[in-house]
Amino acid sequence: MLIYVSRRLLWTPVLLFFAGLFIFSLSSITPGDPAELMAGQRADPEAIERIRDRLGLNDPFMVQYLRYISDAFKGDLGESYRYRGRDVVELLAPRLKVSLELNIVSYFVTLIIGLPLGFWAAMRQGTWKDPTATTFMLLVYALPVFFTAPFLILVFALWLDWIPVSGWSGIFSTQAILPAVTLGVPGAFVFMRYMRASTLDVLGQEFVRTAHGKGMGHMTVNRRHIARNALIPIMTILGFSLAGMFGGSLIVELIYGIPGVARLSLEAVFQRDYPLLMALTILGTTMLALANLFTDIMYSVIDPRIRLRA
Amino acid sequence: MQESRPAIPDQATSSDLLAMEAPDGFFHHAWFELRKRKLALFAVCALILLYSIGILAPVVATHDYSETNLAKPQAAPDAENWLGTDRLGRDIFSRVVWGIQTTVILTLVTTLTASVVLGLIFGMAAGYLRGIADILISRIGEVIAVIPDVLLLLIIVATVRPRIKEFGYWIEDNTFISGVVSSGVIDYIVLGIAFLPISWFGSMRLIRGQTLAIRTAPYVDAARSMGVGTPTILLRHILPNVITPLVVSVSFGMGAVALGEVIISFFGVGVQPPRPSLGVMIGDVTARTGSAAVETLRSHPEQLLSPIVVVWLMIFCWNILGDALNDILNPRAR
Repeated sequence: MLIYVSRRLLWTPVLLFFAGLFIFSLSSITPGDPAELMAGQRADPEAIERIRDRLGLNDPFMVQYLRYISDAFKGDLGESYRYRGRDVVELLAPRLKVSLELNIVSYFVTLIIGLPLGFWAAMRQGTWKDPTATTFMLLVYALPVFFTAPFLILVFALWLDWIPVSGWSGIFSTQAILPAVTLGVPGAFVFMRYMRASTLDVLGQEFVRTAHGKGMGHMTVNRRHIARNALIPIMTILGFSLAGMFGGSLIVELIYGIPGVARLSLEAVFQRDYPLLMALTILGTTMLALANLFTDIMYSVIDPRIRLRA
Repeated sequence: MQESRPAIPDQATSSDLLAMEAPDGFFHHAWFELRKRKLALFAVCALILLYSIGILAPVVATHDYSETNLAKPQAAPDAENWLGTDRLGRDIFSRVVWGIQTTVILTLVTTLTASVVLGLIFGMAAGYLRGIADILISRIGEVIAVIPDVLLLLIIVATVRPRIKEFGYWIEDNTFISGVVSSGVIDYIVLGIAFLPISWFGSMRLIRGQTLAIRTAPYVDAARSMGVGTPTILLRHILPNVITPLVVSVSFGMGAVALGEVIISFFGVGVQPPRPSLGVMIGDVTARTGSAAVETLRSHPEQLLSPIVVVWLMIFCWNILGDALNDILNPRAR
């Protein structure tokens, strides 16, 4: 156990180091160096050289990368090319906060629909309710965000006029409902499927029969013996699915006009603001790596076979 | 509809079924099994239709994709414009057809290079050679897999496009080929390159696993003991056995690349106008800044329908086909 976990703990920084190196090296294949971009079109060579010196662009590649990492640990991810004199962190932080809010509230929707529904369907295995619910959620899961988002806007914002078309004002506002539903509901199918399977596993266990046999109430058995045990394997996919949401959240942000990282990163692509793009990618990578680490550790806590194999 | 051939009786023994089956032939067997699944069969037909439309786009399209008709914007479907016209009076049907071509080209090119060529070479190398080659290839794959797909696509598109564009201008200046940049080929090359790192890993892992499983099979041992060289073993004994995971991963990979292309074009950083793409068409109505998009969505939501249906159909069919092929070809699942 300890060996396995420490192995994963040691491997993650190495993984991040090389992933960062890959991302960092991408920005070096672009034509024209940052100094020229920052100085503008008609800058004299001397000025460009000064900027180049200041940014340390004359150093060897690995030195630049190591400096970038050590700065990153101090909370400095470089300076934006476009918004001169502004730190990438300063630009990213408010946008990232909005994106995280969106992801978390959607994740909450996913869990609150998926887990009870999975449990409910498992308890009704063999009746028509179980396959109906499963098929319905599968259909919802298969609908593309491109379809659901405009459709919901059309119905609830444009026709019924209940909710403003776009914008964001925190988690606890009516504006958060549509994006959270668009992003969260399809993912509920995944949790429902897992929860259904793990509940069925627990239902076949002997302690459930014993609990019923000694005259315990159904609700108590459901809550104390079945639901609790069924939730254990779910722990393993928690981190992983939160990270998987990120791609979809970019689309949702654009369609609902939410001021998150989506628009900022697209502007960065058009304006070749590489430090911004690089910082965003490295942050995303770190989150995904940590989610994977969390998943691995959870697995090894729950399933002894994994830690024994290591 | 009446069944013309006698249906397989319910009590058919496995030997009856085997007798109906062609004795050998990998694709024959797959086709035989596939025909029994209605949904998968539908997927195959729909995909053949979509890909034919894409390849034959110049013939199928009724209008030029960039031809504007400002006298007739936002028109409803009629005899001339089968799916109506968009904000600038462009024919939606023709734009969908050319958009399908974009997706068709990208899925074919990317899957051929990434899944088939790179996946096969690296997968077989890692699985058969083991040791340092395996560690290197698997670890590199792991490093790239930990970068979120969409962000990786964005950063590669941003960094690679200027270089490729420069190269396109260089070709125009130094050779007799002209119109390289304006033809939109640049976008295809950029997107093809962008999809490479995220597409090869899946098929590589599957092929590596299969290679690992059969490298110790008696017939491989026998071949090796007879002094057959590594390249021959890989080609004659390993390759025919890794076709199964390859076919399955290609099917899923096509769906993934189609979705990726639509997302990237939807963001506006993929295929550039005037070249149409299904993603661009969706984005034009939903995600562009300014009130024009919301106005279009409010007044003409049906314009969104055709690109979305096509996108959804394509992705859905590839996944259905992938699932079916996995069931049919994977002996453990059977």
